[in-house]
Amino acid sequence: MTSLPIAQEPAILADWRDLFALTKPRVMRLVIFTGLCGLLAAPVPVHPVLGFTAILCIALGAGAAGALNMWYEADLDAKMKRTASRPLPAGRMDRQTAMHFGVGLAAFSVILMDLAANHLAAGILALSILFYVLVYTVWLKPRTAQNIVIGGAAGAFPPLIGWAAATGDISTLPLLLFAIIFLWTPPHFWALSLFVRSDYANAGVPMLPVVAGVQATRRQIFLYTLPMAAAAIAPWAIGLAGWIYGATAVGLSAVFLVLALAVAANRATEPKQMGPEKRLFAFSILYLFLLFAVLVADKWMLA
Amino acid sequence: MTPDLEPEVRRRQRERARLMAILLGIFAVLMFAITIAKMTINQ
Repeated sequence: MTSLPIAQEPAILADWRDLFALTKPRVMRLVIFTGLCGLLAAPVPVHPVLGFTAILCIALGAGAAGALNMWYEADLDAKMKRTASRPLPAGRMDRQTAMHFGVGLAAFSVILMDLAANHLAAGILALSILFYVLVYTVWLKPRTAQNIVIGGAAGAFPPLIGWAAATGDISTLPLLLFAIIFLWTPPHFWALSLFVRSDYANAGVPMLPVVAGVQATRRQIFLYTLPMAAAAIAPWAIGLAGWIYGATAVGLSAVFLVLALAVAANRATEPKQMGPEKRLFAFSILYLFLLFAVLVADKWMLA
Repeated sequence: MTPDLEPEVRRRQRERARLMAILLGIFAVLMFAITIAKMTINQ
């Protein structure tokens, strides 16, 4: 991070709504949901208060990571249309407030998780925040086109944390849930980066479509969909989930593959003509929601 | 701070103070509930 062209004039006291916006509430929904599914899929009953607190901590930890990401990337956000109206690039808040808010929230979420759940869950929560901020935001994102591949691990931690909060250990199923999100992130994020690639190019972020080109990215989306589908079906294939989950995972993954094929076949370079990419991006969110929801439903119905 | 900004700053201070009071209240209730839950599990 270099100079501070953002909010040269000290911004007046930040509005609480802007502090809330720092936590990336839209991204947080998926994090909370997958964390909750990890908790509910665990084979042990969880006290409702402790379960609620564990999910709250996952949400706060994700919010803290989001705030620290916005703090570090304020200059970058100012260069992109999609992010220019965020509180820091828009000059509605000074940087120090964002940093203090992020660090404070991160520490609070980890300590509360340790009190309510166990050391393992708190440790993985701390690891996920540090991974997102230091490994993804600071190290990988500005340096390599593989940023989202490795950085995707940060978003894959919530089901692992939910499971660890409930059981106090880690077994094969939560590791598979981690693998599903880890392998889902590249096709999901690259689909988005295809139709906003000029934003990334202007900001100098080496996202795959900027570095390797549109067609190479489309090929990679399809190639990553294959192991993602295998990971999604694996819990049923190795007997850790029932037929309800198995049938849903096969069906949803087949649709994902068809949409990824449509993306691979598309030759358009203008964002307006990137219908297949927009469809895949929208479906990928639904895919993860449904997959995790059905896993929990399957566990409970076939228990 | 210019005088014309002062009412806005005061409004934000009031809002943040109110929100902080609510959050601290919720935190106190949550800590009480966690303590009771842990005692119930350990019995």
